[in-house]
Amino acid sequence: MEFSEHIKTANVEDVVLRQPLHPPGRGTLCITGHHLLFSDREEGSCRQVLLLLRNIDAIEKSVENLLTCSGLFSNAGLSQRLSGSSGTITIKCKDLRVLQLDIPGMEECLNIARSIETLSCLDSMSELYPFFYRPSSASLRDQWGLSSLERHYSQMKELHDRWRLSTVNRDFSVCPSYPQAVIVPKSTDDDMLEKVAKFRQGGRFPVLCYYHKKNGMVIMRSSQPLTGANRKHCREDEQLLQAVIDGSDKGYIIDTRSSQQALQARMTGGGLESKSCYSSWKRLQRQMERGKALQESLIKLVEACGEESNNMDRWLSKLENSKWLSHVQTALSTAGLLAECVERDGHSVLVHGSEGTDSTLLISTLAQLIMDPSCRTLEGFLTLLEREWVQAGHPFQQRCAHSAHSHARLQQESPVFLLLLDCVWQLWRQFPLALGFSEALLLRLATEAYASDYGTFLGNNQQERCALGVKENTHCLFQALLRPRERDCYSNPLYEHTELAIWPSVYPQSLQLWRGFFLRWTPQTHHLEEAQEEIRNMVIEWGKLALSSCPASTRRSEDVQNM
Amino acid sequence: MEHIRLPKVDNVRLLDRISPRRSRVGTLYLTATHTIFVENEAGVRNETWVLHSLVCSLEKQAATASGCSLLIHCKNFQVLNFVIPRERECHDVHLSLQRLSQPERPDELYCFSYKPNIDAEERRQEWDFLDLRADYRRMGLPNSLWKLSSVNQHYKVSDTYPADLFVPESATPPVIVGSSKFRSRGRFPTLSYYSKENHATICRSSQPLSGFSARCLEDEQMLEAILRSNPRSDFMYVVDTRPKLNAIANRAAGKGYENEDNYSNIKFQFIGIENIHVMRNSQQKMMEVCELRSPSMSDFLEGLETSGWLKHIKAVLDAGIFIAKAVAEEGVSVLVHCSDGWDRTAQVCSVACVLLDPHYRTLRGLMVLIEKDWISFGHKFSHRCNHLQGDPKEVSPVIDQFLECVWQLMEQFPCAFEFNARFLITIHSHIYSCQYGNFIGNNQRERTELGLRGKTHSLWSYLWMNRADYINPLYRPDHSQTQGLLRPSTAPYCFKFWRALYNRFDRGMHPRQSVEDYLSAIQEETQQLEEQLASHKQKIAQLEQKQEWSVPQKAVPFDKSPTGWTFCNDLANTPQDYTGGFFTSSPCQPRAPITFQNEESNKTSESILSNGSDQESGIADVSCRSPLSEDSTRDPDSDEAAYSAS
Repeated sequence: MEFSEHIKTANVEDVVLRQPLHPPGRGTLCITGHHLLFSDREEGSCRQVLLLLRNIDAIEKSVENLLTCSGLFSNAGLSQRLSGSSGTITIKCKDLRVLQLDIPGMEECLNIARSIETLSCLDSMSELYPFFYRPSSASLRDQWGLSSLERHYSQMKELHDRWRLSTVNRDFSVCPSYPQAVIVPKSTDDDMLEKVAKFRQGGRFPVLCYYHKKNGMVIMRSSQPLTGANRKHCREDEQLLQAVIDGSDKGYIIDTRSSQQALQARMTGGGLESKSCYSSWKRLQRQMERGKALQESLIKLVEACGEESNNMDRWLSKLENSKWLSHVQTALSTAGLLAECVERDGHSVLVHGSEGTDSTLLISTLAQLIMDPSCRTLEGFLTLLEREWVQAGHPFQQRCAHSAHSHARLQQESPVFLLLLDCVWQLWRQFPLALGFSEALLLRLATEAYASDYGTFLGNNQQERCALGVKENTHCLFQALLRPRERDCYSNPLYEHTELAIWPSVYPQSLQLWRGFFLRWTPQTHHLEEAQEEIRNMVIEWGKLALSSCPASTRRSEDVQNM
Repeated sequence: MEHIRLPKVDNVRLLDRISPRRSRVGTLYLTATHTIFVENEAGVRNETWVLHSLVCSLEKQAATASGCSLLIHCKNFQVLNFVIPRERECHDVHLSLQRLSQPERPDELYCFSYKPNIDAEERRQEWDFLDLRADYRRMGLPNSLWKLSSVNQHYKVSDTYPADLFVPESATPPVIVGSSKFRSRGRFPTLSYYSKENHATICRSSQPLSGFSARCLEDEQMLEAILRSNPRSDFMYVVDTRPKLNAIANRAAGKGYENEDNYSNIKFQFIGIENIHVMRNSQQKMMEVCELRSPSMSDFLEGLETSGWLKHIKAVLDAGIFIAKAVAEEGVSVLVHCSDGWDRTAQVCSVACVLLDPHYRTLRGLMVLIEKDWISFGHKFSHRCNHLQGDPKEVSPVIDQFLECVWQLMEQFPCAFEFNARFLITIHSHIYSCQYGNFIGNNQRERTELGLRGKTHSLWSYLWMNRADYINPLYRPDHSQTQGLLRPSTAPYCFKFWRALYNRFDRGMHPRQSVEDYLSAIQEETQQLEEQLASHKQKIAQLEQKQEWSVPQKAVPFDKSPTGWTFCNDLANTPQDYTGGFFTSSPCQPRAPITFQNEESNKTSESILSNGSDQESGIADVSCRSPLSEDSTRDPDSDEAAYSAS
């Protein structure tokens, strides 16, 4: 397909751009296959705004006399007559920015709007920008990704006794949404795994996701068992789980559905692990919101944040009504429960909901951040996201197709990843020294997941990414975030390694609206950024002095060096 | 002492508010000034001290088998729940505390018995630490437009005003006295803030006694004189901070508001801030929400909305912004009043000052501001804070709202304030504690009569001496945020719930690490390193001069690693001057263990977990019980949050 078919008007002069935090500018607007480019022509300034079309969630257009020109394109004479008119396009981005373009000429305006509408939601993945993005600073031959399960396994020597790396899924036939290699108990062979896969939704059989070095307990994750209405069971599944807790008296299953939801799932072929078949496992039902309800929650919150109303009651009631903070609270407290089971109670846990690709990943990731210091560094966190979200098959393409502004009918959209980032931000607020990355990183990830120059979040799973040749044809976001200049911006200057678990408080009083994201484009956020800048400068100043006066003699000055 | 019916009770349980089963057993002592709870734990001596003057309400609940419960709410938002074994004892403690926490005579107040080791000369210096005249001089007063008037010496014109007042140069004593007769409680229009840059002023007064049609020539002349003292402006604002309806209702009582037709060149404006009764109820409702045992997010947000508290905070800030903008941007003078001019007027004038003048955003500046707009202008601290047994309808958290407005601004402008939130919280505590003489009495006249300067101590010098605890490490006098007028947003989403004040004693709710403490520590270190570096350079220079190339002395490596873990110094925000008999914080607060993980695994949890495991159809435990239920033995001081609520 040629992008040019969708571009009737590629350039418009004399366009006025209004965007938050900047004065309006007048200049030239260009549209290309993937971008909107605005260049300011004001004297003395040459501002350029480059907007990825994929970042556009919704547009609203208003042109004068729209009703009288319904036959616009069939009537060439009419368009001439209307040349003195103008139109306005309001662009609502997935990063929650709202821009406005005043475009002279109604036809130009409508053309641009039409191009944006089409090009911002192209269906074909191979036409997306990551396949065209060729920065001069990087080469396609650079390493793609930070780690792989194979590497993860080989580094975790303590696993080797009881766990093995299975490549039963090397051609993605056993579980389309799993990576090619997974970690499973040593005593389960690949034949068993194939049978277990048939008993779990989408083939997502229980795999190891986290090994707690302090006590050898593990977190496993899977999808729901397919017991169905007539309560089928699967001996291999039971054996696999028994092998997990081998030597220990019991394990927990945290099911992220309410017990009623879990029971109802039987009617559609799903179900839960029955007490009789899994006698050593104790099930805990913790209902977490998912899917459409979560998306609607986000839409309501963003709407509340965008409202100009000056009324306090209205704001608080809308904030409450959106339920977003309730979801944050639930996610953090369920993750806290999971971590408690492993760290304090000393038992292994299996986590699943229904598909095992959303809330399951959410709480297992948070629990790892709580317990494991090695995922709290910048690299550690990105590696965790790569393993637990990208490789583990969170369907980014479906979940992040649209964000809060879209008028499109909701399909598979759900801001689970955004909820994760919000929860991580809450952790960061409560433990401002314990996480090695900055709020800026979380904001960048929140943007990149929805629209990106990089291939990292393309597709729904490894299989799709392999088929598209993502590794060969795009650049890797995580690698880019670790380049020296980016690292400066995305690391937390206050970071201090701690071996302790970081237990978040989940009292409503302790949780806050993530202003940095939801109110990102307001001037108030700017003052807070200035404060972050100030903090960074203070630490750098201190670090320099510490280095110059006593080279490498303090642990902390080394940290600064490595930063 | 005669009020203590029972000085000591054994086997008292102090319940944890959030998880009542986590309780501590100990002995309760009543002293003349404090309630002290000493935990009977082998090895450690944990004490909880509560100053009687901080007790806000006492609630004795019906006796049960386990004892009789006594609930103590404090004015600094601490809540203590004691269970006393015998009803009789509980009754005695209750009655004693009731009397002790409600002194009848001023000389029973704690400040008169608080005797730190300070001699008379030092005490005099303490009280001279803040000088209001110096602040007026800083503003550029007196000058050719404004003069210091002696009309209220001996408090003859208005007994609730201070003796020193600034009035327009052209205002003669007859005009002032005439105007004062036309204003509630004689509180005539007088200067609160003068802007050197453009001569615009903030003036304050009480409401005029205008009724439906009364006029007063002198009052009109007074306003005219204020207007003329701002030569570049041809009109002034008169801001009535009450809701219009309240102001109209006052007309029936012969009071009311200015009629624009009678005063030349005024623009009259209502700004609806609710009265003290609404504010009292609102805070009470909010505190009920804060004290919910395990509220869901919705309970909390709904409760916060229903309380209306943030709405009122926003109203005060909005009013302050209106005035600050009039002064700084339009160069127009403003006269502010409410009914009596000592509550809303004090709030609004002082908020406007904070916005207008960077000086009031410094440590010393905020103290001066409180001294000026609150203490000297006669905010009725004794009544509003219920220092003495009095009318409960006079109590209102008006000053709390001012402190919160400042905090909300600090949250928006993290680099603009020299002080930190701890400073505000400490001031808040002491406003209610009666430990210092500053906030005793309702006005200057009463304070003079009580002889507070000779008999009590001043908070301001105490705070100044300990200023290292109250410095905001991010403050930069030269930062763009710090300059000139602050322009905060008052969009509703900019207002936050002030957890550090209202849930101050719920340790588990606060961030576990403090950026501020960390930054303060590295700031100190940076300073030391700079000094060290300078001295090394000097040494090197000396050595070079001597041409002796011996190895320069090596720097002492820094062992002091600044750390921001806060969970063991959550009370760092109150100085712990035990010998001075400080309040609330016990000298040895129970410390949280430094490690988070519980070394011993939960031995008893198993038995609990097996409960209810044989439910039908294999669905185990669909209830929301945590596997680590509260019953399990757990380190009682662990700071870990419980995730069992769902």
